[in-house]
Amino acid sequence: MSDLNTAMVERYRTNFLKEVEANVEEGEWVKMCMQCGVCSGSCPLGKFWAHPPQEIFMMIRAGKREEVLSSDAMWMCTSCYNCIVRCPRELPITHIMHGLATYAKRLGLVPQNQPTARFAQMFWDNLMKKGRVNELKLGLALYFMNGFGEGVKTALKKQKLGMNMMKTGRMNPMEILGGHAVKDLSGFQKVIQKAQDLEDARIAQHGARQGA
Amino acid sequence: MAKRQYSFYPGCSSQKGASSSNYLVSVQTMCEELDVQLNEIPDWNCCAASIGYAGGGELPRLTLSARNIALSEQHNANQDIVATCAACWLSTREAAERLHEDQSLLAECNTALAEAGLKLKNVTPIKHMAEVLVEDIGYETIAAKVKKPLSGIKIAGYVGCQTNRPFGIAGESYENPRYLDKLVEALGGDALTGYEKKVQCCGGALAFSEPAKSQEMVKGIIEAAYDHGADLIVTPCPVCQMNVEVYQDEINATYGTQFKMPVVYYSNLMAVAFGRSAKEAALNAQIIPAKALDDLAAK
Repeated sequence: MSDLNTAMVERYRTNFLKEVEANVEEGEWVKMCMQCGVCSGSCPLGKFWAHPPQEIFMMIRAGKREEVLSSDAMWMCTSCYNCIVRCPRELPITHIMHGLATYAKRLGLVPQNQPTARFAQMFWDNLMKKGRVNELKLGLALYFMNGFGEGVKTALKKQKLGMNMMKTGRMNPMEILGGHAVKDLSGFQKVIQKAQDLEDARIAQHGARQGA
Repeated sequence: MAKRQYSFYPGCSSQKGASSSNYLVSVQTMCEELDVQLNEIPDWNCCAASIGYAGGGELPRLTLSARNIALSEQHNANQDIVATCAACWLSTREAAERLHEDQSLLAECNTALAEAGLKLKNVTPIKHMAEVLVEDIGYETIAAKVKKPLSGIKIAGYVGCQTNRPFGIAGESYENPRYLDKLVEALGGDALTGYEKKVQCCGGALAFSEPAKSQEMVKGIIEAAYDHGADLIVTPCPVCQMNVEVYQDEINATYGTQFKMPVVYYSNLMAVAFGRSAKEAALNAQIIPAKALDDLAAK
């Protein structure tokens, strides 16, 4: 368990809902859920969620911290926004799911080898390098996510797809040598690093304020 | 007629040698015909799309979009921002709204932007190209520009998710948006208005991390187009286009289907209907060639 997780457990011992409200993107909306289940029924990957959104909301209120944060449920969100537009109480459900996923990651509670969690981190790391996504490097990183042997197998399986993309000018092998980038890269990285620091500090402060 | 000017956010996938570079080529052709001038936001960055949330968290993610808006406000002042990518549009508009509602987040965001000497005023409307076409230009003006009507071509309008939810196009419903069908009709094509998978999710970024789950949904999207006798599918979103076009071989191998359904952008259709060449319409970038459009462009 991460130190931050331990601090948060101490800080919010009896009230997981308060922890979510304070630390999860749009978390203050959770208590507005009226348990109608429209979100769960609207989710395109609903059948794969261990706990669909409605259930997650109920579990948060019931204090099931470990079960929620270590669940792979919210990692099934495709960001289709069906739940948002259909929710009778207009909860920003998609954002709350993203927020829970991010918070679980921050605390080190994501299930091991969760593929979307890993891909999401690769995507972020990729875009932070140059300020723009390098699709070629992202694709290759994804193929080799589970080791070299698996990677070669996947790459071979995807060979035709890759050739198709290259032949039509929609993938460029030269991107491996650097690729598209923002010009003010150092300014860009300073800005995002500052945003990261500000957010980290805000959340660490919540963990530190024991008994507040 | 004076040119309409917009501050343009093209997005990562539209860059040369990237997966929707063909979208950009056809959009540029389309805009020439519609007297629209796109002024690229100088030094724009990635928006983090709908998958960047986990690595970045809320404030870093919002700040990515804030940097783009701030650059636009500085260099392309008083021009609406227009994005062609659904995820770019969604992230940018979402960031603008969140930062409008939450003053403490805005303050933090501006503290971060100050590291590069930038400041967000956050007064700029953020539009998808579909809004520009439907609301600013209008179906009638578009129809008047048609030189080669898409007569007899049966087209399934696949709107997808993020051009449609949570913001969508004014006056359209989330469950049965009609603007793509109306656009097809304005171009003289045969819109398959009963295409029931028009707002079905394709899996988005999970096409990469959960391919089997995504491809099961894509299978349904293509199957329904065949059921309606479609010659091709049209979409406004680069992720939809990619996910529905490029995995058809894999889907065929998994499910024993024989899919070979072309998937194009509205801008491909418009460039052809406006009488431009196959190359200017970027039809050469189709992995599954859109024969009906190739034939029309060659006429």
